[in-house]
Parts: sequence; structure tokens; C-alpha cells
Amino acid sequence: MSFVTVRDVWQSYDGRPILERVNLDVDEGEFVSIVGASGCGKSTFLRLLLAQEQPTRGAIRIDGGHRAREPGRERGVVFQRYSVFPHMTVRDNIVAGEAFDTHWGRFRGAKLTAARERADAILDRIGLSHVAQNYPATLSGGMQQRLAIGQALAARPRILLLDEPFGALDPGTRIQMHDFLTELRAETPMTVFMVTHDLGEGFKLGDRVLVFDKPRWDPQDPAAFGATITYDFDARQGGIPFQGLLDKYPSLRAAE
Amino acid sequence: MRLINRVPSRPVGLMLGALPFVAIILAYVAGSEIRLAANPADKLLPALDTIRETAARLFTETDKRSGDILLWQDTFASLRRLFLGVGISALLSLSIGMAIGLLPYARKGLTGFVAVLSMVPPLALLPILFIVFGLGEVSKVVLIVIGITPFMTRDLSQRVLDIPVEQIVKAQTLGASSFVIALRVALPQVLPRLISAVRLSLGSAWLFLIAAEAVAADVGLGYRIFLVRRYLAMDIILTYVIWITLLAFVIDWVLKRISERAFPWMGAGL
Repeated sequence: MSFVTVRDVWQSYDGRPILERVNLDVDEGEFVSIVGASGCGKSTFLRLLLAQEQPTRGAIRIDGGHRAREPGRERGVVFQRYSVFPHMTVRDNIVAGEAFDTHWGRFRGAKLTAARERADAILDRIGLSHVAQNYPATLSGGMQQRLAIGQALAARPRILLLDEPFGALDPGTRIQMHDFLTELRAETPMTVFMVTHDLGEGFKLGDRVLVFDKPRWDPQDPAAFGATITYDFDARQGGIPFQGLLDKYPSLRAAE
Repeated sequence: MRLINRVPSRPVGLMLGALPFVAIILAYVAGSEIRLAANPADKLLPALDTIRETAARLFTETDKRSGDILLWQDTFASLRRLFLGVGISALLSLSIGMAIGLLPYARKGLTGFVAVLSMVPPLALLPILFIVFGLGEVSKVVLIVIGITPFMTRDLSQRVLDIPVEQIVKAQTLGASSFVIALRVALPQVLPRLISAVRLSLGSAWLFLIAAEAVAADVGLGYRIFLVRRYLAMDIILTYVIWITLLAFVIDWVLKRISERAFPWMGAGL
């Protein structure tokens, strides 16, 4: 049984299919990049994974659990923008990752002190401890996204969903963020789905790269059919999975 | 250089800002002098000195019959009505606006109703309010509430809807309940909007207050103005008008300062 299972998922808006027959199995700890042209339904697929929308047909399950009807703590998310709360300081944003699950949405007394210490540890790790008391609007785009990732991780989600998280960043910052995410994954294994427009980014970070496209196309009615996963690349080892094949199966080498 | 690119220097800017005030005072003084030269007993445009003397008398001298200083009595009575009305409206519109903005059921149920309600001319309801609530304080406060709540509710619900959906989804992925989202995500971001909505509706609130006091009251700034109108006491009316303007200005300024102090994250961007 795989960790995340997507079974025969269809999604249509007003009778227009966006996604059709999407099937997917993802193991725990895998990093899945999702690429495709604009309007191919990859963001729709992410919203389905997030349970922000319900599929018209089919089911998405995490660890064999129930179909989720609304977003919850199982699924963490980082959007391209607006992922942090502008009215809270950087540290409070991290504390909110834990505190929002309580009845009043805030900690008091010893719990607050403990949560702040944990938040400071996270801020140290994501390199934002020097701006702990600032408001997010004063941070650069890259720092805001690092804060958003740290906040999502503070809630300890089972899967992390990234919706074009680095799309609004400049190329230099983007490369820094790649390193940051890679380091973070090396420290704490996590299952990640990332929607991106950048093929290179998808292959660099992902273990798998899924391509969404429409397998059927009616030139008279382009919206008649929905998209599905048309390619599922193994992106490990720089996207050349058969490079190590001879090491893995030495017997194949005999022909030399 | 184009006119749209010409920016006045600081002293010129200050001078330009003072110009309309100076102009209106000069126009008043000129008109007043012309009329007083023709008829020294003219009451329509009293001289500035007369107004100043009247104002000094109104602010300090007690009423012979009651022993109170009427202007202060009027001020306290009016401000009490105003603050009660605006306060109730703020609370009502905040709760209804948040409900409309956050809860689809409340949105479907209330949006149309609030939109229609805001079209009802409040002053046309004034007779009904006097009949239902009597001539006392309640009807005046209710008029203010009816007058400004629909507008503030629409404004605030729109502000809640303007919160990016990403933030609401993010809060849900952190495990926040509807209540926590309302309390910790929506409310703090709407409060500064509430203050600006109050600032915007204060003008209408004063209008409704003075209208209600003019029709039926025994104390209050609007009551006094409409009372002395019978004696053509322009000096008193003008003093009261300037006093009301000053009060409105100070209230607005205080609200602005509160907003700046209480919500530092607003100034930081967004």
C-alpha cells in the first residue's frame, strides 16, 4: 500500500472536464514535481490533494485514511503568495503553526514560552532568527517563502504541498531556496508535491516528475476533454535513472 | 513642464492649504461689514468680534434658570448619543460583516437584505422611530444605528472577503477551526478597516444626530441650533457649528492615531 493513493480522479467545473482518470501512487518521503502547460489542471490537482476541492469522481487517500472533505493538519501548504499572516510577527507566524490547532488559537503561560522556544529553533534553522520580531511585509520575497515553509512544517503535516513556491522569486534567490529545501529534506524526510512552471527546478528537486497534459484533443472543442498524467519520469540521479543500471545488475556487464 | 508634474514646495503647500480658510473668512468679514454698515442691528452676518464674545459667554456663563452651562450640557448629551450610536453600529457591523465574509450560509442569507436595508433613507424612518421608541434617547441612538450600520456592514464584509483565500486555506492546514480563523486571522485584519469605516461614517452619524435632535429633544447641540434659529441668533448658531466641526475633527484625528498605534503591521506594507 502506497502512502498517497489517487484512484480514478475526475474533476470538472460546470460539466467541463479539467482532470480525467488520474491515478497515482506515491511512497512516503518522495518528492513529486508536477509540471505542465498553463491551464492543464496541475493547480486543480494540487487543490484536490489539499482537499480544498472535492473530485467529481474518484478518491484521494493519505495512508489509507478517509477522503478529506476540507483542508486540515495532514496537509501543509505553501502558496506562491499570501502564505503567511501579515498581522503577526515572524515568530508569531511560526507559533501559529502549532497554536491554531487549539480552541482559542493561541497559547498562554508556560505553553507559550515552550512554543516560542520551538519557534526560535525553527527560525534558527530557516535563517530568520534575526528578524523574529519583524512583520512579514518587511521581509524579502525569499525570506517570506522560507517563513511560509517553516510555518507549514511547524504544524508537522504528513504531506507538504507547494504551489509554485518560488515562482515570484528572482533566479538567484530561487537557487538559494532550492538548496534550502534540499537541506531541509535531508534533515527531515517528508513527502512533498510541488507544482512548478520550471522544468529544470522540477527535475532538480523532485524524485519524480509528473507531466499533466490532455491525451485527447478535439480541435473543434478544445475544452471537451480533461488532462491527466501523461508522463511519470524518474528524476533521481539527475533524471537519468538507467545510468546506474550496470552497477545495480552487474550481470548485464558481461557483454563487454 | 506639465501641470501634473509640478509639485509645490513645503511653504507654498502650507500657504495653499490655508488659502481656502483665509478666503472664506475674508469673504465673511467683507459681507458682514457691508451689511452692518447699512444696518448696525443686522443679525444675519454678525461681526467676528460678536461671535468671539458670544462664544466666550456660551462656554463660561451659566444659565440663569438652571445654573448649568448649556453648551457643555448640549455637548455631553450629543456626544453620548453619538458614541452610543456609533459604538453599537461598529459592534453590529463587525459581527454581521465577519459572518457574511466568512460563512457562506450567512452570506447567502444576509447580503441581499443588507443591500436593500442600506437603500432605505434613514431620515424617512425617523417618524416611525419616534412613534415606536418615544421621544427619548433611544430613538436618536437607533436612528444613528440604522443610518450607518448597513453601510459599515457592507464595507466590512467586503474587507473580510478581500482577505486572500490562500490565508484562509493556510490557516485550515494549520488546524484552525472556523472560530479560530475568525478570531486570529480575520478579526485582526478587519479591525483597522473598522476604524476607517467608523471615520467615514462619523459624518453621516452627526447628520442623523442633529436631524433627530432638531425634531425632538430638550438638550443637545442640534436641538440648541434649531432652538435659537427662531431668534435669528446667528452668533450662537455659528459658534455651535464651529464647535461641532472642531469636535468631529478631533474625534477623527484620535481614531487615526489609534489606528496607527494599534496596527503597526499596516504601515509596514500591504
